[in-house]
Amino acid sequence: MADRKIFIGGEFLISDVLPEDVFIPEDISREHKMVYESAVAFVKKEIIPNIERIEEKKESFARSLIKKTGELGLNGIDIPVEYGGEGMDKISTCLVTEAMGAGASFAVTHSSHTGIGTLPIVFFGTEDQKKKYLPKLASGELIAAYCLTESSAGSDALNSQSTAVLSSDGKNYILNGEKIFITNGAWADVFIIYAKVDGDKFTGFIVERGFTGISSGAEEKKLGIKGSSTTPVILKDCVVPAENVLFEIGQGHKIAFNVLNIGRLKLGASVVGPSKVAISEAAKYANMREQFGRKISSFGMIKNKLADMSIMTYMAESLAYRTAAAIDDRLGVLDEKGKKDGAENAKAIEEYAVECSIAKVFGSECLDFCVDELVQIFGGNGYITEYPAERMYRDSRINRIFEGTNEVNRLLIPGTVVKRGLQNRLPVMNALAKLESEMKTDSAGSFKHDESPLSLQEHMVKICKKIHLMTCGAAVTKLLSNIAEEQEVMAMLADMIIMIYAMESGLLRARKMLDSKGEQKAEYHIAAVKVYINDVIPKIASRAKQVFAFVEAGETLYQKYETIDRLASYMPINTIPMRRIIAEKIIKTQRYPY
Amino acid sequence: MEILVCVKRVPDTAENEISVNSSGSDIERGDLVYSVNEWDNYAVEEAIQIRDKVGGSVTVVSVGDAESEEVLRREMAMGADKGILLSDDAFTGSDGKGLATILKSEIIKGKYDLVFTGAQADDGAGQIGGMLAAMLDWPYASLVNRIELLDDKKIKIGREIAGGNQEINEIDLPCVLSIQTGINEPRYVGIRGIRKVASVEIPVHGASELGVNSASVGKASAKISKVDYFVPALGKGAELLEGSIEEKVEKLIELLKSKGGIK
Repeated sequence: MADRKIFIGGEFLISDVLPEDVFIPEDISREHKMVYESAVAFVKKEIIPNIERIEEKKESFARSLIKKTGELGLNGIDIPVEYGGEGMDKISTCLVTEAMGAGASFAVTHSSHTGIGTLPIVFFGTEDQKKKYLPKLASGELIAAYCLTESSAGSDALNSQSTAVLSSDGKNYILNGEKIFITNGAWADVFIIYAKVDGDKFTGFIVERGFTGISSGAEEKKLGIKGSSTTPVILKDCVVPAENVLFEIGQGHKIAFNVLNIGRLKLGASVVGPSKVAISEAAKYANMREQFGRKISSFGMIKNKLADMSIMTYMAESLAYRTAAAIDDRLGVLDEKGKKDGAENAKAIEEYAVECSIAKVFGSECLDFCVDELVQIFGGNGYITEYPAERMYRDSRINRIFEGTNEVNRLLIPGTVVKRGLQNRLPVMNALAKLESEMKTDSAGSFKHDESPLSLQEHMVKICKKIHLMTCGAAVTKLLSNIAEEQEVMAMLADMIIMIYAMESGLLRARKMLDSKGEQKAEYHIAAVKVYINDVIPKIASRAKQVFAFVEAGETLYQKYETIDRLASYMPINTIPMRRIIAEKIIKTQRYPY
Repeated sequence: MEILVCVKRVPDTAENEISVNSSGSDIERGDLVYSVNEWDNYAVEEAIQIRDKVGGSVTVVSVGDAESEEVLRREMAMGADKGILLSDDAFTGSDGKGLATILKSEIIKGKYDLVFTGAQADDGAGQIGGMLAAMLDWPYASLVNRIELLDDKKIKIGREIAGGNQEINEIDLPCVLSIQTGINEPRYVGIRGIRKVASVEIPVHGASELGVNSASVGKASAKISKVDYFVPALGKGAELLEGSIEEKVEKLIELLKSKGGIK
């Protein structure tokens, strides 16, 4: 573990973070690099040439691929060595997930197996359960699926109608119910299934395909990721041995939510892979396609698109790996007993629930943006199945829906910040008091220019944090516990928090590159950060004003608008040349420029 | 069987758009992605398979700068037992003979039965195997695509010759073989292998450890120098077939018939 300061979850909103306290993708170790290259080589040789075959959704082929990833160790990154896994850090998890993310439908098959399918046992399984299942999940002998969703329990995940009743001899639970949208549903050998014991105790179970009373329904016909299996899973008097209860009776929500935290971070990393592919495919096509006697890559609007795709991906990548390393650092300071205790691990990950949700929302929207621009650059051909853009466009869309919709995550982000603030787990109140006294002396917006190429951006990140703090404080004060009901306000606060984490993660990365490699080598990093920050400042200010408009009126509101305008006063920079230099590099190398 | 495999870090031709720099003296190297030379991967795989069959060890060696260490480590993660980096400022700019001189100095320090090179390197001239064999005074076979172990004195090898024909030879040990792609299917690098080698120290041997006279290697001693790089002008003769797939197939068959390709 590097010598980084450990911040608590959400602390980035109220503290200054230094470049040396964050991990950036350029910090990856030799081992990390090899792990990433191993996964990339697999995807290039086994997945990309077989995408059409994968799209046919044949169980035997999916199984053979999962076996191969098992042989390579790519299924067991998060599984401890003593249970047949590789026991690696979360940075490695993200690197493998990112590389596999370029693997179209198989990415979903693989990540459901290794993530939400396997992790509940890693974190919450008993010794016997871990010994029984994990080695075979790591090797790919068994495929896993995660069954939470039901027709009336989607975003409202705990509203499960599935029931579990202990048999009269006390040996088995009898499960009844129907789960829907289950990834790997037709292929899985092991299912993590939630059901309510005695009608109200939400509980996790490990259910094997061979148990009496479990079956898969018909394959769903989907918009995208057509090569992955998605079916209902039907429980009809399904007999599950009592020793297959996962964790404790009535504690299923802990499994569900904790696993989703890491699942969301993994999703945030998995979208970085295809975003990079989209940039590369877009550049190749733009270099080949000629109109008006010129390659379309020579046109400014195409350059603009290539640059924007890369800038978004840069931020998504920066914040996902920053979060992964923060989790690793926190896991690293657990004592020996804690390190081996899955539930302790899950708790350490939960600390960064806000950051994990941000990675999910920002990442999935980044990929959707990239594939949309990809289709646009391909023009008419982008709409034709023969070209890669069409499939990528369809495959991307699910990411904003599963692992908690982006709407649910947008409620969770400010909701968690506010809750932790009120519990004083996150010292938001102190930060607010400090900000108020700063405002009185009028020092909150003052900016001393220095020579560093990023000093203005550093200043603006601090300002945006202050604007958020002041807005969030006002919303909580006025709306009290009703705030959760005012979803539009929550969404605006969420957007502010997401943009702040993105701009700061990008900024710290560029700053670290600038400090270690010099201005010339950090040129593309600096350009990305300047453009992004330039573009989001008005968005943050506008959302802050909208929240104030909802909670204040009259003279007070007018004063708040003035304060925001004063704080966010910022002379826009000329971003066209910056976007162009990023685009030129993409056009030359035909790949993501970082 | 003690086997040494020479490997090289080269620009990855699958990953890069290779272009000539403005002065025409070299390719543009600013944004290149590097990887292990593809042919070398086959050589290492073959060495690993032989070792797994009859025992012994596989050593991978590379002449290059500190960054070449990553290809050695990659091949060790694949299964090679040991890596050695031959690196010295004096080695920079060596021609084929210079590189063979450096490699020979390392080889004679060990007791190797087999020395493999790739048939060629992406950025090389395919000289090293033959020169090494001459310097070592060992027998040499090029373009080897099949190896069969006979005893500890002799092996049988297959060579690819003109027209895709095969030639089978017996060759005395120790010997140098340049390995052709297709001899095997190189394995992937697995995570377990990576974990095993991630923190292994890879020894670096410079001119003095190798007893190489600095004047006999490097740019100053090179008798071959690259004087120009250019992309050839597109010639005529290519024809793009148009129409539906069926129409294209029809036209292709007609063309092949008219040129005598099929009857």
